[in-house]
Amino acid sequence: MRQPVCSVKDLTKAFGPTSVLRGIDLDLHPGEVTVLMGANGAGKSTLVKILCGVHRADGGTVTLDGRPFAPASPAAAMRAGVSTVHQTINDGVIPDLDVASNLLLDRLAEPGARLWLRGRRMREEARRIAEAMDLKLDVRRPVRDLDLADRQLIAIARAMTREPRVLILDEPTSSLSAAEASRLFALLDKVREQGVAVLYISHRMSDIRRIADRIVSMRDGRVTGVFTDKPLDTEGAVTAMLGHAMTDTGLTIPEPGAPLLRAEGLRLWPDAVPFDLTVRRGEVVAVVGLVGSGKAQLSGALFGIAPPHGGTLSLDAAAYAPQSAAGAIRAGAFLCPRDRGNNGIVPEFDIAQNLTLPFLGRHSTGPFLRRRAERSTAQGMIERLGIVCEGPRQSVLSLSGGNQQKVMIGRWLSQPCDLLILDEPFQGVDIRARRDIGRHIRDTAAARATLVMVAELDEAVEIADRILVLHDGSVVSEHRNQDLDTGAVMAAVSGRSLQDSAAP
Amino acid sequence: MTDTARLTDLAIRYGFIVLLVGLVIFFSVAAPGFAGPRSAVFVFQSVAITGILALGVTCTLVVGGFDLSIGAVATSALMLSAYVMVVLEMSAFAAVLACLVMGALVGLVNGLLIVKFKVPDLLATLGMMFLLVGLQRIPTEGRSISTGMTLPDGSTAEGTFSAGFLWLGRHRFDLVLEKLVPVPVVMFLAVGLGIWVFLEMTKHGRLMYAIGSNARAASLAGANVNRYKIAAYMISGVMASIGGILLAARLGRGDIAGGTNLLLDAVAAALIGFAVLGAGKPNAFGTAVGALFVGILLQGLTMMNAPYYTQDFVKGAVLVLALMFTFALSERVRKGGH
Repeated sequence: MRQPVCSVKDLTKAFGPTSVLRGIDLDLHPGEVTVLMGANGAGKSTLVKILCGVHRADGGTVTLDGRPFAPASPAAAMRAGVSTVHQTINDGVIPDLDVASNLLLDRLAEPGARLWLRGRRMREEARRIAEAMDLKLDVRRPVRDLDLADRQLIAIARAMTREPRVLILDEPTSSLSAAEASRLFALLDKVREQGVAVLYISHRMSDIRRIADRIVSMRDGRVTGVFTDKPLDTEGAVTAMLGHAMTDTGLTIPEPGAPLLRAEGLRLWPDAVPFDLTVRRGEVVAVVGLVGSGKAQLSGALFGIAPPHGGTLSLDAAAYAPQSAAGAIRAGAFLCPRDRGNNGIVPEFDIAQNLTLPFLGRHSTGPFLRRRAERSTAQGMIERLGIVCEGPRQSVLSLSGGNQQKVMIGRWLSQPCDLLILDEPFQGVDIRARRDIGRHIRDTAAARATLVMVAELDEAVEIADRILVLHDGSVVSEHRNQDLDTGAVMAAVSGRSLQDSAAP
Repeated sequence: MTDTARLTDLAIRYGFIVLLVGLVIFFSVAAPGFAGPRSAVFVFQSVAITGILALGVTCTLVVGGFDLSIGAVATSALMLSAYVMVVLEMSAFAAVLACLVMGALVGLVNGLLIVKFKVPDLLATLGMMFLLVGLQRIPTEGRSISTGMTLPDGSTAEGTFSAGFLWLGRHRFDLVLEKLVPVPVVMFLAVGLGIWVFLEMTKHGRLMYAIGSNARAASLAGANVNRYKIAAYMISGVMASIGGILLAARLGRGDIAGGTNLLLDAVAAALIGFAVLGAGKPNAFGTAVGALFVGILLQGLTMMNAPYYTQDFVKGAVLVLALMFTFALSERVRKGGH
């Protein structure tokens, strides 16, 4: 067997009390594309950030070409031979400069670079780089005028000018169409021919089937599966990434009430298959699906952030077409958004102020806030959810991740509603906080319809009466959470059941 | 919490107030005549108009914005009120109303530029500043407005500043001593109290702070982010026009160079306010104290015969110190708290 060019052994990393990587082993071979799969919070991005010099590992070793590799900065990682193309395409290119300047940017930034630019020579050199990568572009065009796919190809070609040993691509196709992605794969074939080891992070099954030589699945900071035998077992990789619920969680499924939320012919994007959806009073329904399966669009449509591309909604037998978050809240639908740091937490506010934010009207007389009412609401939620803190006046940022998340959940549980959507409520929380939150969601579920978007099947099994699988923007299967056939759910998540039924 | 951490915390919280009290005591001893009601009123009077503008810009800082057009709005109000009374020969009431409407309108345009046209705050209000500075010169061909001036069409301006309007800038209420407190000082205190109550005690103020801290979270919690941002710029515009009215009433003529230092002084007061009581964020009380701090320092130094041309240097030094205080020190504590 060939020697790996980059070898990761027993890598660990923690942020404060939260362990993110718990001993990762990973080999990258020259001329091979290794696809890294993992749900949100599995630790993929932390691993990538260590390899490209943004974070430092707490323990374990990384070797590159047999030498220890512990870059102190992204620039050091680049010099040592690890180039990274990040998910946000526009981070990799400078729109106001032309293609040639973009391709040669790293050379221009080198310490020994010439002071004066020489346009013709730059263009010739850029043309050489473009030809080597089979890029057919006019190097004089400003990148601003190019589409996303071309920009992505330029970012990769630029990364290749550093002659890296390892190329890391973080979800490079996440904003590309299928046709655009195929151009990217053609380029990657070139990269592979040049003997570069590629670490490719993606959730798209079509990507993975097309490009992967090897799949590594991660879950909860560990490698849970390595797949090398052809044909690659993509379904096994998804299972390893999402995890199995091996034990019965002892859930009792209550008799559901009347339908509260009804969606008919809901279309999440223009060419997605329309579907119907009903959630009854007292029901907790989990939605599982890979990143890009439409979970974000579904919660956005239900909460009035981005209207769906078709279909009608009704809430409690009344037509429901929210135009904004405020409209949805007035109609009795709440959303606890994913990614609390960006979408939920108000960093300058204390716990009480964060908890009451959407419901200031109920804590005021006329325009004037009633501080005492706010504090008693906050005190109540602190006790009910078991938020570990000094009191309602404590700054929310000084709490641990799990307790911050409890504040976010508490914000929306503090008032009754008809529909509660929880988008990734277990993101970045430890197992105890996850149990607390899950139990509380179930305990309070009787009066409303509850929809929970989750990353891992474990989480769905822990919390839901019913599990819906979202794939390519449509609900493809539905499972009662009793004697669950996890294999069938997994097959649906990875899109297998669709293909099977499509083939005669 | 360790002792050093507690000490730093105390320093951040009360350092600026202690410094203020220390300054007052120092000047009272060192400069004869500093400690006394007339001197105190003089300090208040010197910062009243700046303070009102600063309170307005505080509202835009709260929503995470910035209003560079306040100085230009104030001078525009100064010129507009003079124009309405002296050239158009209308009443004081009409002049005041015209200025307030103008301020609100400018704020609305600022807000729309920022919210609807996505122009960054600083650039939108900078553009508005230029526009107003130019606009206020057009009707009088770049000259100041006073009774008896020759108008572009050759006729003479017959109107005058009415007594009622001048009252706004010159009347003094009796308080302990006869004719002690001028109207602008009362206005400053009233506006300060009003903005403070609005920002600290109403749901609207709370939502504005939420928008400034995390606009996306505020929007997902149902706040109408755009409407609040526009409202903040309208408040700022109206406050600036009030400042301009008071300035016109004090000067008694439409002086084209009447409000040169207003923008920088007001912004400085609002930014110094971050450091007061360790707030680390824009706040009405801090802004008022910040304005007073500068006023006291300048009054004290003037009474100790410091030349007038050192004033801007002193203001700048205070501002830089306050900013260091706010950002460096409170950042250290925040990190230490984890």
